[in-house]
Parts: sequence; structure tokens; C-alpha cells
Amino acid sequence: MIKTDILIIGAGPTGLFAVFEAGLLKLKCHLIDSLPMPGGQCAEIYPKKPIYDIPSHPEIMAGDLIKNLEDQIAPFQPGYTLGESAVSIEKTDDEQFIVTTDQGTKHQAPVVAIAGGLGTFEPRKPPLENLESYEKKGVNYIIKDPEYYRNKKVVIAGGGDSALDWTIFLENVASSVTLVHRRNEFRGALDSVDKVQDLKNEGRINLITPAEVTALEGKNKLEALTFTQEGTSTKLECDYFIPLFGLTPKLGPIANWGLEIEKNAIKVDNSLDYQTNIPGIYAIGDVNTYPGKLKLILCGFHEATLMCQSAFKRIFPDKRNVLKYTTVSGVSGFDGTQKQATKSTIKSIE
Amino acid sequence: MSADIRIYVTDREGKRHELIATTDMQMNLMEVCKAYELPVEGTCGGMALCASCQCYVESSHPLPERSDDEEAMLAEAFHVKDTSRLGCQILMTTELDGLEIVLAPQE
Repeated sequence: MIKTDILIIGAGPTGLFAVFEAGLLKLKCHLIDSLPMPGGQCAEIYPKKPIYDIPSHPEIMAGDLIKNLEDQIAPFQPGYTLGESAVSIEKTDDEQFIVTTDQGTKHQAPVVAIAGGLGTFEPRKPPLENLESYEKKGVNYIIKDPEYYRNKKVVIAGGGDSALDWTIFLENVASSVTLVHRRNEFRGALDSVDKVQDLKNEGRINLITPAEVTALEGKNKLEALTFTQEGTSTKLECDYFIPLFGLTPKLGPIANWGLEIEKNAIKVDNSLDYQTNIPGIYAIGDVNTYPGKLKLILCGFHEATLMCQSAFKRIFPDKRNVLKYTTVSGVSGFDGTQKQATKSTIKSIE
Repeated sequence: MSADIRIYVTDREGKRHELIATTDMQMNLMEVCKAYELPVEGTCGGMALCASCQCYVESSHPLPERSDDEEAMLAEAFHVKDTSRLGCQILMTTELDGLEIVLAPQE
């Protein structure tokens, strides 16, 4: 059981900044995120795109914003459970929450802050009839262990980096790799596109473009699929079909936690502290809604700050606390580091 | 001089909506739909990186060419037709007065 003061669900910019504000109040944080790295949408969807409305940054790449936030919160030693999504929550008799992930990891904290953005990133599934009936029976959306595909016939669909990268990687593992994409152009790193071109030229992979997988078949598991190329359908025997069309966020199991939901977002009390209808559970950043809500990173930072002050009062109801300024008080990391403004020196003039 | 135009959006239930869009606020079609609370997600915020604002253009208005980003995204989107566009890539201009679109199915 992982124990912390504030359990933050979602390691995007808002969740990351909450670690800093909590740290100033000597509260420890642990973050859960379904992605394998921190950063949320900034890392998954647009790391190389600029943002122009972060105060004091005339322009900053989304990926750099995340890097800076990680540096800023490092002294407060946040814990991470990455690559796992929070699926259930229960409350103990002593006012603690226990949050369990899809992998069974349990976390305990007196305060839960949901900073889940648009939700958990899930694979985009092509609209193929009976696709879901072949899931785990030959259809996979994520490649966990490439060895699984050793000496198997694999068909990958998609035109982005993951489709290209896995085609290159699995070519060494699988008995055959076929890449199907709806057009001849690929959107991926130039190196990968060139490599796939080489593999195709050398006859080591089958590249089928412009084409689309249109049907799946097999008795108890996937045995073949049909792709359609310029109006002609062709059947292809295969063991695995791996559609790699990127990820899309879904609110997911959090929607069933008894929280008040409005338009796919969690209702909070914005006049006070961004608490939800369940005391002790807060929602900050893009995942929440209230009158006048704006889904902006800068608003998420503000919400995270107010949430932490309220969390402190909840955890230590008898402690009197006032807001401190970092310029005055410095930053005392849990790792023993100390940041402090230099004291002015006084020297007399003779 | 009024810079407003009228566009017509048929939602996924088949209901046709008349929307009034300003042309002086750099609004795109996805944003206009959202402003009217039509069920258009605009998940990526308008970067042509998701297909949640995909629509079919039913009228013959002069639309800007698809950019490489839009082409690439549509090549990975589902339910794509020849008339498919990403709403976020269509800027509201006076030439688009009377534009007729249908929302693509949700993924």
C-alpha cells in the first residue's frame, strides 16, 4: 500500500504543479497516470507544439513546460504510479481514501485530487464489425511484450510513429510483418519512414497502401483479415492484428465514483476550494467544471494552489497556517535541499 | 457592416441547426459548434491531432485546401469520406456563408 498526503490522479501540468504547492505546505504527493510518462496531453498529444499563454513564458514548448515542472517539483520527491489507471475508490472508517489501479496497485491518502484532464488515454479503435470479439484473441492495441509475436504473422495498421516503430521492431521478431495504411504518406520521424522504405525495398515487410483493413475472421481466435485496396478486397492470413491509431482520452471509471458529473466533467465548488460533492475529493484542471470554467493550464495552476490550501486544513484542522511567499520563506525540499533568497549585506560608508 | 455568416450543421441525430458565426474572431468550425454546445469534442483543441471534429461538407463552398496535418489525421480517422474535413481547420470567412455540414459519427 502506497501512503501519501495528497493522492493526485493525473500527472499533467495541473497535477504536477499541485505537488509544488503541496510541498510548500509540507504535504507529500503521489501521482497516478495511465501514460508511461508524466505530462498528460502535453507529453502525449503535443510535446513539440508551442504554448503562448503561460504567464511569463512568451513561448514554451509543451514538452519543455513539463520538463520545467518536473524540475520545479523534484525537491518535493513526488511518488509516481505510471502506466496504470485509477479504477476504484473506497473510503475507510478513519476518513482515508483507498484508490486501486487497473494493475491492482493500492494507494491510501486522506485527500484525493483528480487532475485527470480529459480522462484516461485509451487506444482509438477502428470501427470494424466484431473487432471487440477478437480482443485478446489476436487483436491487440498495445504491444507490451514483443516476444509474444515471435514467429507469428502480424498485421499492423496506422500511419504514425508507433505503427512505423513497431513495424521496424517486429520485423526482427515476427515471421512476417504487414503494414497497412490508408495513404502512401506516413506521419512519423523521417528516420523511421526511411527505415520502413528500406525494409519494403528489401522485401522484409509487406507494405500495403493506400489500403484499409475492412474485415476480421476466425473461429475462436483471429485467423485472417481482409484489406481493401482501391476497391479490391484481399484476404490475408494472420495471427495478430495490431491497430495503432493513437490514443484518445475517456473519462473512464472515474465517472462511476459517485461524483457529480456535468458534460463529461466533475462539478466542483469554485467559490471555495475545488472540492467535489464528496468531501476530501477535489477535482482540478481540465477535468472539472464550474460556472465560467476555462480549460487552460494557467487556470489549472490556480485551482491546484487553492486545492492544496484546503487539503492542508482538512488534514490538519487544528493547525493555524498563513500563506507564505517563496521569496521570503524559500523552498525547503523533502530531499534536504534548500532554496533561499540571498540576504542583503549591510556595509557602512566611512 | 456585419461580419456574421450563417452555417447549417446536421447533428448525429439528424437534426439541422442554424448557427450564426462571426468572421472577425478567427473562429473555426469546431469552435463555432462548441459555442452552440453541439456534441463536438475538439479534444486536441484544434491542432488537427484528433478527429473528434470530423464533419462532411455537403455544400460546394470554396474551402481551404487540406493541410498536410489534416490529411495525415484524416488518414488515421474513421468513417472518412471524400467530403470529410476536420472542423478545426476550417476558418469562418464571409465566403462560407450558407455552409452546410453533417457531423461525422463519434469514434
